[in-house]
Amino acid sequence: MKKELKFKVNGQPYDIFVEPKKLLVEVLRDLVGLTGTKRGCNSSSCGACTVMLNGMAVKSCSVLALQANGAEVVTVEGLATGNKLSPLQKAFLDHGAYQCGFCTPGMLMSSTALLAENPKPTKQQMKEGIDGNICRCTGYNSIIRAVTAVVKGEYKEAK
Amino acid sequence: MIKDFEHFAPKTLKEALALLAKYGDDCKVICGGQSLLILMRQGLVAPKYMVDIKGISELNYIKDEKDGLKIGATTTHRAIEKSPVIKKKYPVLVEMETRLASIQTRNWGTIGGNICHGDPAGDPVPVLIALNATLTVAGAKGKRSMPVENFSLDYFEVDLKDGELLTEIQIPVPPPRTSTVYTKFNIIESDLATVSVAASVTLGSGDGVCQNVRIALGAAAPMAIRAKKAEKVLKGKKITEALLSEAGEVAATETEPISDIAASEEYRRELVKVLVPRMTKEALARAKKA
Repeated sequence: MKKELKFKVNGQPYDIFVEPKKLLVEVLRDLVGLTGTKRGCNSSSCGACTVMLNGMAVKSCSVLALQANGAEVVTVEGLATGNKLSPLQKAFLDHGAYQCGFCTPGMLMSSTALLAENPKPTKQQMKEGIDGNICRCTGYNSIIRAVTAVVKGEYKEAK
Repeated sequence: MIKDFEHFAPKTLKEALALLAKYGDDCKVICGGQSLLILMRQGLVAPKYMVDIKGISELNYIKDEKDGLKIGATTTHRAIEKSPVIKKKYPVLVEMETRLASIQTRNWGTIGGNICHGDPAGDPVPVLIALNATLTVAGAKGKRSMPVENFSLDYFEVDLKDGELLTEIQIPVPPPRTSTVYTKFNIIESDLATVSVAASVTLGSGDGVCQNVRIALGAAAPMAIRAKKAEKVLKGKKITEALLSEAGEVAATETEPISDIAASEEYRRELVKVLVPRMTKEALARAKKA
């Protein structure tokens, strides 16, 4: 039996009916229609499905969609303001912090959550911040460089 | 694929217990679901009814009381990791949490869910055994409490009877000159333990004698265990290098490890032999400073 799910995605309210077994990643991609969030390993390992749930980074393949009832979800589509990229998005572009791009939405969400909690992380804290995200093109160094550039204030004007 | 189920989201403990009593064996409790959903996706668990206790706020708390620390079962790992009072008084819990999976998992996963999952490689249980913690479970007939080391019964099996729910973890105030430490051996930082060891040492006043010691092992048997024989080797004695390695040898005989993708049975025993002396020594050094 389907149940009602009322929540906000990137500030937009949704009131939909979902099967209880649906995972948050499935609802975001298949029902809300936001495919920026990637379904990678589907077993809580790779972090490509990372979104922010009430401000916290979570793996949306490991959260029952109904547990997001009443919550605010931010996906990678919610980072830019209109056509203006967020400072982290801009920095990722400038530093080539991706190759195939599949891990990028998750990397961006984990980094965004990290900087929201701790605007001045050390390099070690940055690494811990993306510990739950796997990049198989080995772009970790460029990701850390991109986050470092934002932390140093190089992207203030992008806000 | 996850099989269909009916979903209930009670808001109070009372409502949750009523649902558990009604649906008995056909239902499963979910909180953060960080372990359970993986099993459900593999089809290993397929309940007809799910009682979702994530929203029960009365079980989400960290209380620092006179007789010790009380943690509600639905408290997230991340809340424990970030708690200033836990960092100050029970730092080993923070050290353990920062090594548990990834930030995303700790943000949604809960301490109660981890304990009830009964994975012998889970991080919290060995630490809680070393800290001499107790658990309280509630059911239709009321509440009962037990030492945490009695809660894990077997591989993925815990002492929860039908209709019961874990509600609280209690950690007593450690005696003076006590230090508790934890480590796990694994290849990838955010993985489960290949073997984990928690050790708690209490020193006598002034004489440097090991008054009390608690050693707990994870992933070394079908459930987290206490290495009681190894503790006996050390208890009441002035600890030397020779005694430490003897404790490691003895602890290895108390294990019943499995061979799996992470390590062979023999390798796990070797890890116990190495890690038990190392961590006990570390606890001793910290207890001297405490």
